Amino acid sequence: MADNILKKTEMPTQAPKERAKNFLEVALGYTESQAIAEAKRCLGCKNKPCTLGCPVKIYIPEFIAEVGKGEFEKAYEIISKSSSLPAVCGRVCPQENQCEGKCIRGIKGESVAIGRLERFVADWHNANYTRWPEEIKSNGKKIAIVGSGPAGLTCAGDLVRKGYEVTIFEALHTPGGVLIYGIPEFRLPKEIVATEIKGLKALGVKIETNIVIGKTLSVDELLEEEGFDAVFIGSGAGLPKFMNIPGENLKGVYSANEYLTRLNLMKAYLKDSSTPIKKSSRVAVVGGGNVAMDAARGALRLGADEVYIVYRRSLDELPARKEEVGHAMEEGINFKLLNNPLEIIGDEDGFVKGIKCIEMELGEPDSSGRRRPVEKKDSEFIIDCDTVIMSIGTSPNPLIKSTTKGLETNERGCIVVKDESGKTSKEGVYAGGDAVTGAATVILAMGAGKNAAEAIDKYVSNKKA
Amino acid sequence: MYKIIRKKELNPTVTLMEIEAPRVAKKAEPGQFIILRVSEDGERIPLTIADFNRCKGTVTIIFQIVGATTEELNHKNEGDFICDFVGPLGRATNTKGKKKVAVVGGGVGCAIAYPVAKKFFEEGTEVHAIIGFRNKDLVILEEEFKKASSKLVIMSDDGSIGKKGLVTDALRELIESGEKYDEVITIGPLIMMKFVCSLTKEYGIKTIASMNPIMIDGTGMCGGCRLTVGGETKFACVDGPEFDGHLIDFDEAMARSTMYKPFERKKHEETCNLFKMGDEINGR
Repeated sequence: MADNILKKTEMPTQAPKERAKNFLEVALGYTESQAIAEAKRCLGCKNKPCTLGCPVKIYIPEFIAEVGKGEFEKAYEIISKSSSLPAVCGRVCPQENQCEGKCIRGIKGESVAIGRLERFVADWHNANYTRWPEEIKSNGKKIAIVGSGPAGLTCAGDLVRKGYEVTIFEALHTPGGVLIYGIPEFRLPKEIVATEIKGLKALGVKIETNIVIGKTLSVDELLEEEGFDAVFIGSGAGLPKFMNIPGENLKGVYSANEYLTRLNLMKAYLKDSSTPIKKSSRVAVVGGGNVAMDAARGALRLGADEVYIVYRRSLDELPARKEEVGHAMEEGINFKLLNNPLEIIGDEDGFVKGIKCIEMELGEPDSSGRRRPVEKKDSEFIIDCDTVIMSIGTSPNPLIKSTTKGLETNERGCIVVKDESGKTSKEGVYAGGDAVTGAATVILAMGAGKNAAEAIDKYVSNKKA
Repeated sequence: MYKIIRKKELNPTVTLMEIEAPRVAKKAEPGQFIILRVSEDGERIPLTIADFNRCKGTVTIIFQIVGATTEELNHKNEGDFICDFVGPLGRATNTKGKKKVAVVGGGVGCAIAYPVAKKFFEEGTEVHAIIGFRNKDLVILEEEFKKASSKLVIMSDDGSIGKKGLVTDALRELIESGEKYDEVITIGPLIMMKFVCSLTKEYGIKTIASMNPIMIDGTGMCGGCRLTVGGETKFACVDGPEFDGHLIDFDEAMARSTMYKPFERKKHEETCNLFKMGDEINGR
C-alpha cells in the first residue's frame, strides 16, 4: 500500500550560501532510507503514465517497486534495460515535463520524485558494483558514431550490446559532448560522465578523440574508405547565436558556450588552471534556459558579486528546469524578467561596462502559444556590469552539412530525418539529438540515439541478407 | 598522443616542429590550421599549418614562444609526444585562377605565408614575396621563400638584412613600379595586416588577410574567435581564417586580442620559472 504523504521526500542539498562559493554538486542525493520512503509513495499504476512520459521508456513503477523493497541492484538492472546513462538523466532530465508530469500522485500533491530515485539507484550501483560486462560476440559489422554526447553514447551503447563494432568520433579532446563542455560540475560531476563512458568502453566501444567529422574525415569517407556499414550523426547543436546588437564584440562578452567551455571542459574553475576566464564582479546573462542558469551560477561561483539573468518574458515562460531556477534564486541570482537587451556599452579600452535594456510587457500569444513580449515605450535602463554572457540558443554546426553529399538539412541547419528512426536522406546515414531538433534536452537526444540504434540494426541486418 | 618527429630552432624565439599526425596530413592544405594541447589540462592553441607531408604522415608547425603553452611546447624534443593535435581546421587558401600575386609576411607570420606562396608557385602563378623582420637574427625561411617566388624582398626594421623599412614600403614601391597583382595575401601581426590592407585599398587590389584570434575549439562552437567582416559577425575558425582584408574590422580584432594579456603574461612567467627550477634541480 502506498504512503499517502502529499510531498516528495526532500532532497538534501548544500546550503545556498555555502554552495554559491564552490563547484561541488548542489544536490547531495537520497540516503537509502530516504529512497525507500519515497519509493513507497508510488501507486504502481497498471497503465504506467510515467513510462509513457519518458523518452526512453524506462519501466518506472517496476524499478521503484524494487527500490521500495531495498533491492537497489535489481532496480538498476530494470533501468539499464532502457537507459545507458541513468546517473546523468537522474540529474539533468526535465522530469516535471516528462515522467513526473504524468504521475497520478501529482494531481493531488506532488508527484513521486522519479528523477531523484533514478539518480539514487544509479549512484548506489556505481558505488557498490563494478560489474565487468559479459563478453559480447562481434557480428563483424562496423558502425561509426559522430559525436560523443548523449545521443551518440546511447546509440553506441545499444549497438555494441547487439554485437556491432562501434567507433565514436569526437572533435574535442575529451568525450562526453555537452555533458562535459556544457553542464557544470556543480550540476553534473564530470566523474559521473567519465564512469558512464568507462562502462561503454568496457563493453567494447572505441572512442577516437580529436577527429572533426567534416574536416579530418568526411561522412562519405567513413562509409566508402573506412569500411563502416552505417553512420549515426549525433553532432549536437554547438553553434552559438548572438543577438546582433551593438557592442557584442566588446571584451567581456561571451557566448554561453565559450564561457561554459572555458569553465568546464578547460577547467577554468580550478585555481591553477591554464585557461583564462574573466574575473568578473557584475555579470549579466541574457536568456532563460538551463544553459543560462548554468552560466549565471558558474559566474557566481567564480566569485562575481552580482549576477543577473536578463530574460524578455516572465517567470512562467522561463524554459529552464524549475529546480534549476529555484536553486539559482536561492543562491542569490538576480532575475531581471521582462527585460530585453538593446546594446552593450563599452569603456574607452573596449571592455564591457554595462548593458542597456528595455522593459517588456506580454502581449497577444504568438505562434508558440506563449504571449509575445512587446517593448514598453521609454523604459530603457542600464545595468552596470563588466561581463555579458549571451545564452539565447544554439544551432547545429554546419561542418557536416557542408561536407556531406546528399544529406538534406532544413533552413535552420538541422538534419532532416524521415521519421522516428532517424533515417536521413542519405543511404546508411542516421541522425538524432540536437543535430536534428536544434537545441533540446539530454534525454530527448538519448531517445533519438536509442531509436536510431534499432533502425541501424535493422538496416544493416537487411543489407547483409 | 602525437609524436614530434623533428625539431629545429629557426631563431631564438621561433621553433619548427614536424608532428606525426597522418589523418591531419592527409587532408591538410595551405591556409588551414590545427589546434594542439601539449599536456593534459593544458590550453588549446591554434597554429597555422606551415607544411605537410602526406607520404610521411606529418604536419609541420612553426611557432613563436609567446606564452606558457608555447614555452612548454618548446621544451619538448624530438621523440617526445604531445597530448592532442586536431585538424585540419578552417578553409584552405583559394589559389585558383590568379596570374600574379604578392605574398606579404611579417615575423612568424612568414611561417604561414610560406606554404601559401609555395602552393601558388607550384600552380604556375607568378609570386612576389615580401617578408619583414625586426632584424637579421629573426629571419626565417629565407631559402624556402627564394624557391617559392620569382622575386623576394626582405625588409627589416633596423636594416640589418634586406632593406630598412616596412613591408608596406616595399609593396608600395612594387605597385608604383608598375607590377600588377591579381591579389595580395598578407599574414603577420594585426597592425601590419591592417596597413597592408589600407595600402592595397588605395590601389584597388583585392587582399586576403589570415586571422589568428583567440580560439578554443576551432569548430564553431565557442564563438570566441568572432570578427566583424563587412559589418557581419564571422567566426575565424569555420568561416576563415582568411578573409577579404578590406572588409575586416582590424581595430576591433586588435582590441579583442588583448583580452587575456595580463593572465597570459603571468602564466608565461610561472611556466618559465618552473622550467628554470627544473633545470636547476637537474644541475643544468
